[in-house]
Amino acid sequence: MIIKGEVIRLTQDDDVNTDYIISGRYKFQIQDPKELAKYVFNDLEPDFIKRLAGRGIIAAGENFGCGSSREQAPLALKYAGIKAIIAKSFARIFYRNAFNLGIILIEADTEDIKDGDLIELDLDSGFLKNKSREFELKVNPLPEFMKEVVKLGSIVNYFNKYGGFKF
Amino acid sequence: MGKTIAEKILSSHAGRDLKANDLAVCEVDFCFGQDGTSGLIIDSFEKLKNEKVADKSRFCMVIDHSAPSPNERVSEIHNKMRNFAAKHDLGMYDIGCGVCHQIVPEGGHVSCGDLVVGADSHTCTYGALNIFSTGMGSTDLSIILASGKTWFKVPETVKVMIDGELPKGVYSKDLILHITGDVGANGCTYKAIEFCGETIRGLSMDARLTISNMAIEVGAKAGIMDADEKTIDWLKRYSDKIPQPVASDEDAIYSEIKVYNAQEVEPMVSKPHTVDNTATVSEVEGTKVNQGYIGTCTNGRVEDLRIAADILKGRKVNSEVRFLVAPASQVVYLEAIREGIISTLIEAGAVILTPGCGPCVGTHQGVPADGEVVISTANRNFKGRMGNPNAYIYLASPATVAASMITGRITDPRSYLK
Repeated sequence: MIIKGEVIRLTQDDDVNTDYIISGRYKFQIQDPKELAKYVFNDLEPDFIKRLAGRGIIAAGENFGCGSSREQAPLALKYAGIKAIIAKSFARIFYRNAFNLGIILIEADTEDIKDGDLIELDLDSGFLKNKSREFELKVNPLPEFMKEVVKLGSIVNYFNKYGGFKF
Repeated sequence: MGKTIAEKILSSHAGRDLKANDLAVCEVDFCFGQDGTSGLIIDSFEKLKNEKVADKSRFCMVIDHSAPSPNERVSEIHNKMRNFAAKHDLGMYDIGCGVCHQIVPEGGHVSCGDLVVGADSHTCTYGALNIFSTGMGSTDLSIILASGKTWFKVPETVKVMIDGELPKGVYSKDLILHITGDVGANGCTYKAIEFCGETIRGLSMDARLTISNMAIEVGAKAGIMDADEKTIDWLKRYSDKIPQPVASDEDAIYSEIKVYNAQEVEPMVSKPHTVDNTATVSEVEGTKVNQGYIGTCTNGRVEDLRIAADILKGRKVNSEVRFLVAPASQVVYLEAIREGIISTLIEAGAVILTPGCGPCVGTHQGVPADGEVVISTANRNFKGRMGNPNAYIYLASPATVAASMITGRITDPRSYLK
């Protein structure tokens, strides 16, 4: 499985919390995820969506997604067109939530991944290629169970197919 | 090989021997959602092929984050929850009952050794009751609702040892802020914490719950304490379940052991806009505030209200500040009324809000204006948290908030203690 896309970096690198991804006041006001997606990172950088301009991969520092358990955070990111997030580390509730919705999460050293870089992720062999800077990083390949969830698009699809967890 | 409390509880719920970093499917004893997460639990549950609740006695929903509803959009979410509860005959705590993290243990739903999952990040609160409890998202909850199970990666455990007596005017909130500042927002990500030592044993259950509540603020999956007589007495008051305490083995393997001396802790705050951006009250003393808030799943219990009332008795809230108080539950509210705490607070100038989350999460009640400064007993001070990204939130103990309400500035509570 190969994912390609252009990277967006946020103005804040570490500890990007779920309140910043989608503010609590929007999650109660807006139920339609397409509409919610327009307010992603609104408190952190109000022109984020304009700057995103269709890019599909976020690169960040440590502890991405810390804070609340709101699934509106990865849901809004998914509807904003984010397919993968590469970070030095993730907060665990966000990690589960994003993965459950079929967003690909890769832990890697993101120091040399800059805004606008073209990235290729090979989930089977566990490689991250930075096409813009001509370097490759070995990343941990996803466990089979997680790869299957990503392939099926969500944990709900996985659960419907297998009727439980197969591991 | 010895085991940590987390390894033991997850092993007993997986039906096999587990150690840190194993992946396992575990039986969940109790799970719940609140009004910020239940809408998506329902959406996800209705997408499951086998749309049947595994065990209705092991699930409930709580309307606490935005209650009573401030507008028609939130009213729709609340009604969606009520209709779903009625359709599947599920437990439902409606507006005014209180914060989910007070209601779930007060409702007698959980006991020592249980595995509990909530669609709310502060579900780690019940660690103080010797429970492995952790927050997850709505989709995970929908699958637990349908199957009674979920998957876990068994966490490594960090042991946090705290010895010594907290000085007068220094409380468990100051202690956990002190630890959070030291460990950092990312310091225990993916890990469980075991809080132990004589300081913890000396604390009341209300004070212990404050500490476990904030385990997530250092990224932890759970913040567990040993069960002692206080734990068992507390649980017996609310639950018929027979407590089955779980202790770690002497030769359990910890990824790290951290040691703190409670005697060295001072009144603390978290400065805007992160919880680990801590300082002593003395470093920020005199900072002008516009609003104070005592409440939330961190500090809305009877002891917290009592500490504030003791400081405010016979005194008045500064005319330049607004002082909001939300008891964590109806049970807490009634007890505070019986003790005369509520009269004292109102006479001092407090505004008492409906039991629930109050203004903590910025969906209603007490949203600050641009440039305003709030001092709050909550657990998060992220930019925009209370509904306005242009406001500044300081986190502190109930005593520090109460003292600051008298002066209108961040104030060391020790000057008001006899």
